[in-house]
Amino acid sequence: MNRRDFLKGAIVVIAGASVPLSALEFFDPREVLAVNPGIHWAFLVDTYKCVGCGFCVKACKIENDVPLEAQVTRTWVERYVYASDGHQYVDSPDGALQGFPEPRIDMGLGEFKEIEPGNVGKAFFVPKLCNHCDTPPCTQVCPVGATYKNDEGVVLVDRSWCIGCGYCIMACPYGARYFHPVYKVADKCTLCYHRITKGLQPACVEACPFGARQICNIRDSNDPVTRIIMKERVGVLKEEFGTRPQAFYIGLTAEVR
Amino acid sequence: MKNHVWRPLYVVLALVAAILVFRYFYVPRDFGSGKYGFMYSFHRQADEEQWQNMPVKYRNTGREQMHESCRECHEEEVAGRSKELHGIIPCEDCHGPALNHPDDPETLPLDRSRDLCLRCHTSLPYITSDRQRIPGIDAREHNPGSECVECHNPHNPRLEDM
Repeated sequence: MNRRDFLKGAIVVIAGASVPLSALEFFDPREVLAVNPGIHWAFLVDTYKCVGCGFCVKACKIENDVPLEAQVTRTWVERYVYASDGHQYVDSPDGALQGFPEPRIDMGLGEFKEIEPGNVGKAFFVPKLCNHCDTPPCTQVCPVGATYKNDEGVVLVDRSWCIGCGYCIMACPYGARYFHPVYKVADKCTLCYHRITKGLQPACVEACPFGARQICNIRDSNDPVTRIIMKERVGVLKEEFGTRPQAFYIGLTAEVR
Repeated sequence: MKNHVWRPLYVVLALVAAILVFRYFYVPRDFGSGKYGFMYSFHRQADEEQWQNMPVKYRNTGREQMHESCRECHEEEVAGRSKELHGIIPCEDCHGPALNHPDDPETLPLDRSRDLCLRCHTSLPYITSDRQRIPGIDAREHNPGSECVECHNPHNPRLEDM
């Protein structure tokens, strides 16, 4: 061994030995969150519990001054029906404002599809709302700085600053935004910011008789809903878009997007 | 270099300065970005307060509080509810938002329509959803034209208690 090889070897050994053991440890997400206190709102939907009554849609529209008859809504419920012949059907008549009073599927344009009860394989309801993404594409595209994610993780729209251009409505991969017919600006779910900041629950969470919709502070590891998100098999919608949604779902299938 | 080469540059510089001056006066002072950075949260701070100050319409009568605020005056209705059946439904789901009831509005509307009941009680054969646990009817065959409350007690729907 010459001196050059000895020095090379010595550098490798010293560099390897100086890697601290802590760098090889796995992080517990709860510990990481515990050192970042504060509020970060997250939503949990249990699709097994949802029966499609639509009380959440009604409560949301009344609480947030969205005209009941307008074909726009901040939250809606989708019905997924898998027929035994392999066809899949999805509908959401009026966003399920009146629930699903008919067994037939609303195919749009006045067409309906009757499915024999014996032909229904899998069928369930999925409530949808703004996912309050951690990297929201809708706020990225706003040309005037009217929509934003605040420090508590809620994505909001500044009604006096919005020019109504509609970029954010196109940018949202979840279709959670719409043009408000009265205020003439982009509008979306605020997680009932006026309620959660007063210690109340959002109107839709309050209205759900079955506990299918829940809200939590995901920084608070003692919150029972946070514990469900941390410990159980929850999914998010369109993960591949990289939006990091903060609305978590129990009981998704690949067709729910 | 000759003067005519520089002149357009002065025009451009003057334009930039004019835009910056306009921007300085036009953009509200409280515009800024929070911890999500310029890309996601450049906004007017005062707007958060405006959203916070929106009026609350639905009072807290959900399953957690079990209708405490309604019980003060409507003892009989709240006590007569079947806890595990319709007792899980918040009063305001059917009776509408309480707002500042009984001051405003003085009375809440009573929705006796079949549509209200059919939200949950349309028969849907969905065995993979909790909908299967709710008794359902075919609205076209089950006493069409009559109100559900003529036969069923909405606060306690159990037939043997009637």
